[in-house]
Amino acid sequence: MTDVIEPTQTGLQVPEVPTGEPHGHAGHEDHGPSGILKWLTSTDHKVIGLSYMITAIAVFYISGIMALVMRLQLASPHSSLLSFSQYNALFTMHGSLMLYLFAGPFAFGGLANYIVPLQIGAPDMAFPRLNALSYWLYLTGSITMMLGFFVAGGAAQFGWVAYAPLSSATSSPGAGPDTWIMALVLTGFSAIFTGVNLCGTIFYLRAPGMTMFRMPIFTWNMLVTGILILIAFPVLTAALVMLFCDRHFDTHIYTAVGCHLVNGLPMRSCGSPLLWQNLFWFFGHPEVYILALPFFGIVTEIFPVFSRKPVFGYKGMVFATMSIAALSTGVWAHHMFTTGAVLLPFFSLLSLLIAVPTGIEFFNWIGTMWHGQLRFTTPMLFSVGFLFAFLMGGVTGIMLASPPIDFATHDTYFVVAHFHQVLIGTAVFAGFAGLYYWYPKMFGRMLHEGLGKWHFWLLFIGFWVTFMPQYVLGLLGMPRRVASYPSNLGWQSYNIVSTVGAFIIGVSFAFLLVNFVVSWRKPIPAGDNPWDGQTLEWFTTSPPPHHNYTHLPPIRSERPTWDYNHPDALNVPHGKAAHTNGKTNGKVRAGV
Amino acid sequence: MGTANSSFLAGFDSVGAVDPSLTSAPPDTPESPGRRHKSARRRLAAAGVVLGAILLGGCQLPTFGAYKGSTSQARSTFHLWQGFFIAGLIVGGLVFLLIVWAVFRYRKRSDDVPVQTQYHTVLEIIYTVVPVLIVIGLFIATVVVENKVTAVEPNPYTELHVYAFQWGWEFQYDNGVKVIGQTTAAPTMVLPTGKTVRVYLRSYDVLHGFYVPEFNFSRYASPGYWTSFDLHVLHNGVYRGQCTQLCGLYHSLMFFNVRSVSPAAFQTWLHTTGAFQRQHPNSIGQLPAGIHANINGTAPGYSGSSGNTGNS
Amino acid sequence: MKVESLFLLFLGLFFGGICLWYWFWGYEDGGTMMLFGATLLGFLPGSYYFFWHRRFHGHKYFFWGRIKAAGDRPEDRDDAEMADGAGDIDSFPNSSIWPFVMGMGAFSLVLAMVFGVWLAFIGIPLMITALTGVTAESRRGGDI
Ligand code: HEM
Ligand SMILES: [Cu+2]
Repeated sequence: MTDVIEPTQTGLQVPEVPTGEPHGHAGHEDHGPSGILKWLTSTDHKVIGLSYMITAIAVFYISGIMALVMRLQLASPHSSLLSFSQYNALFTMHGSLMLYLFAGPFAFGGLANYIVPLQIGAPDMAFPRLNALSYWLYLTGSITMMLGFFVAGGAAQFGWVAYAPLSSATSSPGAGPDTWIMALVLTGFSAIFTGVNLCGTIFYLRAPGMTMFRMPIFTWNMLVTGILILIAFPVLTAALVMLFCDRHFDTHIYTAVGCHLVNGLPMRSCGSPLLWQNLFWFFGHPEVYILALPFFGIVTEIFPVFSRKPVFGYKGMVFATMSIAALSTGVWAHHMFTTGAVLLPFFSLLSLLIAVPTGIEFFNWIGTMWHGQLRFTTPMLFSVGFLFAFLMGGVTGIMLASPPIDFATHDTYFVVAHFHQVLIGTAVFAGFAGLYYWYPKMFGRMLHEGLGKWHFWLLFIGFWVTFMPQYVLGLLGMPRRVASYPSNLGWQSYNIVSTVGAFIIGVSFAFLLVNFVVSWRKPIPAGDNPWDGQTLEWFTTSPPPHHNYTHLPPIRSERPTWDYNHPDALNVPHGKAAHTNGKTNGKVRAGV
Repeated sequence: MGTANSSFLAGFDSVGAVDPSLTSAPPDTPESPGRRHKSARRRLAAAGVVLGAILLGGCQLPTFGAYKGSTSQARSTFHLWQGFFIAGLIVGGLVFLLIVWAVFRYRKRSDDVPVQTQYHTVLEIIYTVVPVLIVIGLFIATVVVENKVTAVEPNPYTELHVYAFQWGWEFQYDNGVKVIGQTTAAPTMVLPTGKTVRVYLRSYDVLHGFYVPEFNFSRYASPGYWTSFDLHVLHNGVYRGQCTQLCGLYHSLMFFNVRSVSPAAFQTWLHTTGAFQRQHPNSIGQLPAGIHANINGTAPGYSGSSGNTGNS
Repeated sequence: MKVESLFLLFLGLFFGGICLWYWFWGYEDGGTMMLFGATLLGFLPGSYYFFWHRRFHGHKYFFWGRIKAAGDRPEDRDDAEMADGAGDIDSFPNSSIWPFVMGMGAFSLVLAMVFGVWLAFIGIPLMITALTGVTAESRRGGDI
């Protein structure tokens, strides 16, 4: 069925405060099939977004359990819980699942898919069928990845980076590595399609008046993420295809064995293991920002709402995001400092420079809270947790951007601690902040605040207990990716503390599950705008109707819903105006 | 350690004199009380860095958990680390305090709508420009140290070719002496203290990581190309080393040791070993057998602190 | 269109600069090629949007020639009302089975690479069906 969307139908009506009762949207009913067929055939961005999120969270739990098993193994120096090859397979799968199949898809496949069209007043994504295809590629990619555990020889064991020549057919024989490669080919295409879709949607489907510089920061960040995806993922896919050829068709693109001397000169077909690293990290570093920018976007939505202020330094924020994206494409070899074959000053300068826009974002977040009226609801708590986690991860990241310090800590637990603090800061703290924040919009019901707070505090404590000792371990010289370690070096006590912390994190996520069950069994109705939200998505019903809006408010700033609900409290550009004691006519329901 | 050493030296005894500095135990073995004391102190330093920085700032900076470094290159890295740590402490601490202040000071107090401030141009310019300046400073320090660490001397005292393989190491000296060891028996690289040694590094199969924590240094051993660096060890001692780059099944067990001795002892060792290897060509593989790690990875010789004893 | 195009052109310019800098400093071909690709990725769509931006403002080709100015799109105008967006936005499919079919086809195809060519005998027909199906569907305006 096709719906032709005509904005006149919607725009000319006198806007009214959404009440929560379903708006009559005659002519817009979903005529599609129902039940399982509905799910299989839906091209609605909301259904696809939800499918993405559910799959991604399932992946997160599976991968988290792997992490706990690994931490158990490391609690004693020569544990016999896992064999060496099992351990190697576990960290490979844990890393791959978390990075490729949880953090990214959760953000740009799940939340962005759901929220971006709502935030810009669009009826759907620009290419709904392509969007559905993305999801199916993602789901089958995840299945392919897990299939690795069930083939002869087990899952891939070369880490999430698959460095050549360890990933060659001789060093990693078997079908496990092949399923790993093919899983990433599938999810790579899925990501590329989503990237195209995000850019197309944002460029072409904005509501009248929603100029680029009135888009919410979340949407901005998703646009930039989309562009980064288009830069990075094709490189990965190409590199993987070449890796596959190396493994099966004897091409020697990444192996140095093709290097015979012919008449005293190396043959042209001589392959290079360094090429893989260059290609991989040219994907891999933008990927790190693909995994960070959406989450920056999430907290940038949350801080203003729970401070009841506009985001501080909106334009600076946009430019900071853009420069992070631009710089992130020129820093790939900071993962290769210790190859001894890259331009150290070039990459270290660009890497250090990324600290500047990141710093701007930090100050803007703090500026947003400054003089606000902060309400510490669950989403806000998670966002503040993100600030602390990312601060720590960021500061150690700056250290690692300096080649001599990287020489001393590369591939030790210092790096493990660093990237977990960054990634958990973003994908977990900010990611689940987003989930708590938008859950009411998606289902019209709240998640339980008390359970949410338990979730947060246990996660927050567990997080520091798990990863702070790992910095010390790294400085003492414990390498990463080891299944056992010498018992006489005093490493065990730190490892035990870290394992205990990991289990605290594990318990915290049990609270999330309980919370889902509770909200499903005993719904707490949310209404359309439970948080006094500011951006457009809070204007429509919860959950939004088919094609999202029956009418839209006038768009005169980046927060139309706030302007509509608080006409006497508009943005003050330079902080000079008198204090407005505006009475609010928006209802603030939950979350105090 | 003592017994392990004697079996290591059994090979030499048959060929002749061995310098005493080779046989005597290194200053701080893992069992010695000194080492326990040091590690406790490091733990303390890591836990109470903030306090430490304030108390000791100026006169003697704490190590912030890192090794002071046992080579001249490592010393430079260590000082850079201190600099970065302090910079991180100041900047990170400032941001931390700002967050904490915002969070506690601006808790919701009433239903009033706060002032809807969105821009403050001067402030924004300040927090753009100041970080740029800090970054430039950090970058300059980085380049200075990086040039010291990666500099190669035109006339090194000796050269050493290091090959990594699954899962062990091979050290080849100028005069053909070879030391090979793998997971069951970690090899020992003997170096002259106080002299600059050029190391050429390469791998026979997959990527490996040559890493000696107390040298604050690691470098990939890669197939396909050589990479080189200089080591200038400052004190006699045994330093543990390990592969850091994932290299397959027994990656966890790829240990080696670096043993630094006086140049004279080094020469004696090189020549006696060389002579021995010429007489017993088949012995190359077994030479260092039984000295250190076994398959469980226990007891790689480790001095733990000999790198921390010098004044900086 | 202006902001969109300048955004992409700026990215292209930045990548181009980095690309040149990197090439003349490092002489490393892999990275240079990729940076060059990124440069194009900025410039190609960037100049396309810029072209349309100029057209909307009455310039036929970038800076030359004149046509009637259509003015900015409503979503690019600060003062646009909802009514300015009058007319069809686009037609959106309500539901479609073909993405799923194509996904399954792709799944079988990659599995064929790992577990045996016979799986391609499932994958290829699925892909062909889905491609025909989706083409027919969008031509007919979206009905299954
Ligand atoms: C829930 C708490 C988590 C725990 C306890 C945990 C634990 C671990 C452990 C034990 C390792 C292996 C370290 C090694 O042997 O080198 C590891 C590796 C890794 N983890 Fe996590 N992890 C957690 C969450 C995450 C998250 C949320 C992400 C990403 C979004 C992530 C990404 C990675 C990556 C990329 C690796 C490296 C894999 C590799 O070396 O190839 N982890 N983690
Ligand atoms: Cu190795």
